[in-house]
Amino acid sequence: MTASNKTTNILVCGTGGQGVMTATEILAEAALSLGFDAKKTEVAGMSQRSGVVTSHLRFGQQVLSPQIVPGEADLLVGFEAAEALRWVHMLRPGAVVLMNVGRLVPPVVNIGLFDYPDDPVAEIRALGLDVHAFDASALALELGNIRLGNTVMLGAMADRLPFPAEVLREAVLARFASRKPQLVDVNRQAFELGRRAVAEEALAA
Amino acid sequence: MGAPLPAPAASRLFLSGNEAVARAVWEAGCKVAAAYPGTPSTEILEELAHYPDLYAEWSVNEKVSLEVALGASMMGARAFCAMKHVGLNVASDALMTMTVTGTEGGLVIAVADDVGMSSSQNEQDSRYWGRFAHLPVLEPADAQEAYAMTKAAFELAERHRCPVIVRMTTRICHVKGRVEVGERVAAEPSGFTKDARRWVMVPGNAKPRLPLMFEREAALAAEAETSGLNPLYDGNALSVGFVASGPAFMHVREAFPDAPLLKLGLSCPLPLKKIRALAERVQHLVVVEETEPLVESELKAAGIACHGKDILPRLGELAPDVLRPAIARLLGGEAAAPAHVPAQQVFPRPPTMCVACPHLGVYYTLSQMRNLIISGDIGCYTLGAGHPWNALDTCISMGASMGMALGMDKGRGAADANKKVVAVIGDSTFLHMGMQGLLDITYNRGNVTILLLDNRAVGMTGGQDNPGTGRDLHGEEAQRVDFAKLCEALGVKRERIRVVDPYQLPVLFKALREETKIEEPSVIITDRPCVLIDHYQPTKPYLVVDERCTGCGNCVEVGCPAIHVTRRETEVKASGKEVELSFVRIETSACTGCGLCVQPCAPEAIVHAEPVHPIQFLRKQ
Repeated sequence: MTASNKTTNILVCGTGGQGVMTATEILAEAALSLGFDAKKTEVAGMSQRSGVVTSHLRFGQQVLSPQIVPGEADLLVGFEAAEALRWVHMLRPGAVVLMNVGRLVPPVVNIGLFDYPDDPVAEIRALGLDVHAFDASALALELGNIRLGNTVMLGAMADRLPFPAEVLREAVLARFASRKPQLVDVNRQAFELGRRAVAEEALAA
Repeated sequence: MGAPLPAPAASRLFLSGNEAVARAVWEAGCKVAAAYPGTPSTEILEELAHYPDLYAEWSVNEKVSLEVALGASMMGARAFCAMKHVGLNVASDALMTMTVTGTEGGLVIAVADDVGMSSSQNEQDSRYWGRFAHLPVLEPADAQEAYAMTKAAFELAERHRCPVIVRMTTRICHVKGRVEVGERVAAEPSGFTKDARRWVMVPGNAKPRLPLMFEREAALAAEAETSGLNPLYDGNALSVGFVASGPAFMHVREAFPDAPLLKLGLSCPLPLKKIRALAERVQHLVVVEETEPLVESELKAAGIACHGKDILPRLGELAPDVLRPAIARLLGGEAAAPAHVPAQQVFPRPPTMCVACPHLGVYYTLSQMRNLIISGDIGCYTLGAGHPWNALDTCISMGASMGMALGMDKGRGAADANKKVVAVIGDSTFLHMGMQGLLDITYNRGNVTILLLDNRAVGMTGGQDNPGTGRDLHGEEAQRVDFAKLCEALGVKRERIRVVDPYQLPVLFKALREETKIEEPSVIITDRPCVLIDHYQPTKPYLVVDERCTGCGNCVEVGCPAIHVTRRETEVKASGKEVELSFVRIETSACTGCGLCVQPCAPEAIVHAEPVHPIQFLRKQ
């Protein structure tokens, strides 16, 4: 992605309660801080009961429709492995996928009605996409709270945006500074862990 | 609560459509705002609760909220009311006559349609109410417009002395965009004027007012022709011209930036002359409207040739990927769909009940009982229709579980003679529209057992307060309905009302079995709170001792999302019968120790996790 007149389309997906909507909002705040127009949309109705959540963020000079249509997403950010697989059709060919390999297995799989995909990462790679997979859930738990997962994911995105990573980091920290200042430091760590996870994964690959 | 002050005028904020409407209501000097929660409109009143200098309330239902707003308007105060699309069905009795009286202080009704049906029981088009009630309808296309049109709606309402409907959709309510806000202008109520001929709608008074309503409609139609709310975006691609409103306007602009486009901000009554002028300039006129062909039908009735639902879907959203191929086909070609990655098959992930939800015990118990017909209602407990419980047989409208249960009892034939009719309803739904149904059951000697699930919250919309929670919209202490007393007052015998703990499965099972046997109305009230509300107290979590787990799968049938199957096996019994085994683990970091899964576990494989882990579970932020 490059900064140009083109609108940037980022699709963030996961399940209700993972912080998908908050993460996308912070991403939007970072884009707005640079003077971009931005629209963010999601359908959140019943998703709050651990259902499917997608959040669309479009930013650029001027944004009209808030919806990303299939084939126009530049970046897919998956907070859960199978959810990333569910939304790949939104991507343009060869686009970037940043995904948590952590799994949230729903009751319909537990009671045996459906199967969880064997290896979502491999299936997405096989589609010719530029996949960066890492265990964001484990990184969050390393810092003591699964809810830091969304900051880890934001860190992972930071070097894949048409603006400097520091802008996004400032947006994350500003949000916590204004709401929960005691959490600023741990979120800074979570952000850097996510950033490093993608960098190291890229080196290893 | 020390609420922060509203952002100063001229601030550019990043707001959802709902937040933008709330800001505009406050700026317009509105004095009274009322609503019943309903996705996607809920956040409007939640947001308004943080603004100073106005009265805001959760009402018991949408009809009452609209009547509260009308009363305030009669006093000359600006008034506001918000609801989801189906809410206006409930409020329509008041609406259809307040259009005859007209209003005094500006009265604005924001009604949110669920286009695409993310969380509703139907996809009805609220713009019909404008036609039905002869009232103006405004249709914002994004958050900035939701803000601007709400302010314009108050002006319009006072100029024409009638309520104004602002039609939102999910894609307006929940889309965030930049909004430049302005100053609040206080408005002092002009005072109540006694005028029976205006306010007392008996036939003799109402009849002379009907012509006034049609005169008003004609004046509004004239205004629509020149209103700045209906701008023409000119373009030089004259093969297709568009008429569009709401989110569809943005989709058309996105997909066809060079086509002439008339935007309907004030979409009822229609600016027919303006549309006719556009139709004459273009080869094809296409109406892009979500969801019903209202504008299209009116244009055709007026002799203006146009396309609409003949080329566009009748259901769902009209996003650019829907519009592009439809217009290409109209012009005799095929749109090149953007190259995209092929879709992959992934299991469905329907919404589930939360870890430790008190409804889990209720549905586990219902799923274990035979010969029940379970009349359901609207709320989180509607999820009981899903796996693994399959223990809810109907869901129609707010409070309908009561009346339908009575009808099932009275309408049963020999085929259902041995069935027990059970109704399941939540606390807030019961107060919204269910208690009248219970009165009908007792009055007409129905044989129905009612499960009243009192979790002290409007759970599905995010845990709002209601008269059953003992708190108001602002979280401040309010009188709390005593459900047992209320049911008794509605005619249920005192000994037929039981209050049970839904985490005590044997108690719940016994109560249900006994009450369904007795052939008269009975009410079982469950009394444990929603796990998402702030007052919920988690306890020590559990884990599964692997070597004790026999794979019986009983705990899986509780349906708690913290229980995961680790492996499946097929065992052949001595009788030759094959049995499927499911060995499990508990996600201890999610478990809050409710103890439901422990009760059906025969081998006592589920024990407290030691040491106690830090509890992390989902809360509303």
